[in-house]
Amino acid sequence: MSLEKNIWKWLEKVPDPEIPVLSILDLGVVRSVKVNDEEILIEITSTYSGCPATDVFIADIKSELEKHNLTNVKVQMKYSPAWTTDWITDKGRVKLKEFGIAPPVNEPDKSILFAKSFVVPCPKCDSDETHLVSQFGSTACKALYQCDSCQEPYDYFKCLR
Amino acid sequence: MKNELINYCLRLGDSSLILGQRLAEWCSKGPMLEEDIALTNISLDFFGQSRMLYSYIAELKGGDETEDTVAFRRNEREFYNILLAERPNGHFGDTIVRSFFVDAFNFHHYSKLKESKDSVIAAFAEKSLKEVVYHLRHSSEWVIRLGDGTEESKLKVQTSLNELWSYTGDMFDMNDGDHLLTSEGIAIDLEEIKPLWNATIESVLKRGKLDLPESKYMQKGSRNAMHSEYLGHLLCEMQYIQRAYPNSQW
Repeated sequence: MSLEKNIWKWLEKVPDPEIPVLSILDLGVVRSVKVNDEEILIEITSTYSGCPATDVFIADIKSELEKHNLTNVKVQMKYSPAWTTDWITDKGRVKLKEFGIAPPVNEPDKSILFAKSFVVPCPKCDSDETHLVSQFGSTACKALYQCDSCQEPYDYFKCLR
Repeated sequence: MKNELINYCLRLGDSSLILGQRLAEWCSKGPMLEEDIALTNISLDFFGQSRMLYSYIAELKGGDETEDTVAFRRNEREFYNILLAERPNGHFGDTIVRSFFVDAFNFHHYSKLKESKDSVIAAFAEKSLKEVVYHLRHSSEWVIRLGDGTEESKLKVQTSLNELWSYTGDMFDMNDGDHLLTSEGIAIDLEEIKPLWNATIESVLKRGKLDLPESKYMQKGSRNAMHSEYLGHLLCEMQYIQRAYPNSQW
C-alpha cells in the first residue's frame, strides 16, 4: 500500500476533539494528503472560522503520524471551498445519531430571512414533534432542540451550506 | 497596491475583531443562558473571521508579523474598524440593534465580496457569509420580538435604533485605496450595498412595528482611523496580556 493510502488510514484514528465519536475524516475536514520527497503536506479546513478545535486537529494529526515515524508533516489551512455539512460522511451521520446528536437535515435556503421552519427528528425516539430551543448550542456547529414526545433535550448538528 | 490591500484587510478584520470583543463582554452576563451562549458563539465566529485576514496581513507584511502582532500591537489610530463595532454594549436591546445593523451590512457585503479577484478575500467572504446568515437571523428575530413585544421593550429598542442610527453611515465610507481596489475587482463599491442594506432594515423594522430613524446626520471617521473615546479602553483590556508579556503563548 502506498504511503499516501496509509496516511488516510491512520487519519481515521484522529477524533474530533469536541465530538469524539467522529473522526476528522467523518467530519470531512481533511481536504488533501500530498507526499513528496521532502515533506508530507496535509490540507485541512475549519468547520466554523472561529472553531477552537482547529488547532487541536493540527496537533493531533501530527502526533498520530509521529507514531508511524513521520515527523516531516506540514498541516496547512485551506479556506476555499468553504466547509459544508454535506462533507460529513454517511458513516459519520450514523455515528452522530447513535451519540445522541441529530445529524444535519435538508434545510431551506438560509439566506432568505424567516424562511419556513423545518423538522429535525429526535435522535432518541425518531419523533418529528420537536422544537428549536436555541439556534446556538454548546459549540459553534450545534443548535439546541427538545423532543415534544419523549422530552429529550438534544443537540442538532446545524446544516451549513 | 500592497499598502491599500493591507489597509482594506485591516478594515474588514478590525471590524470583526472589535465587534467580537464587544460581544464577548456578554459572557456570563447574558439575559438568559441560551442568549449568553448565542452572543459568545457569534463572538467566536467574528474572532475566526478576523484571524483569516490577520494571517493574510502578516503574510503580506512579512518579517516578524504574525496574526497576534497585528491584533495586539497596534494602537487606536492604527485600527480601522467601523464605529458601530466599538459602541458600548449598553442594554441587551442596544447590543441587538448594533448587531442587526452590522449583520445586515455584512450579509449584503460578503454576498458580493465572495466574487473578489483576490482569492484570500473571496475565501474569507465565502466562509464568513455562511456564519453571517445565522447572525442576521438571530439579530433580526430579536429586533422584531422586542419591537412587537411589550410597551417597554418597544420603547427601549426604538431608542436604541434612534441612537445608533447616526453611526450606520460610517460603514459605507470608502477611502482612496478602497476605490482603487474596487476598480481592480478586489473590493466592492459600498454604494451598491446601501440600497440592499436599506431594504433589509426597512423590512425587519416593519415586521417589528418599529419606525425607521429620521435623522440624516452621520458620524464618520473610522475609515481614516478616527475613533470614539471607547476604542482605547477596549484595546487596553483586549491587549493587556500581549502588552505586559510580549510574545507570550498559550
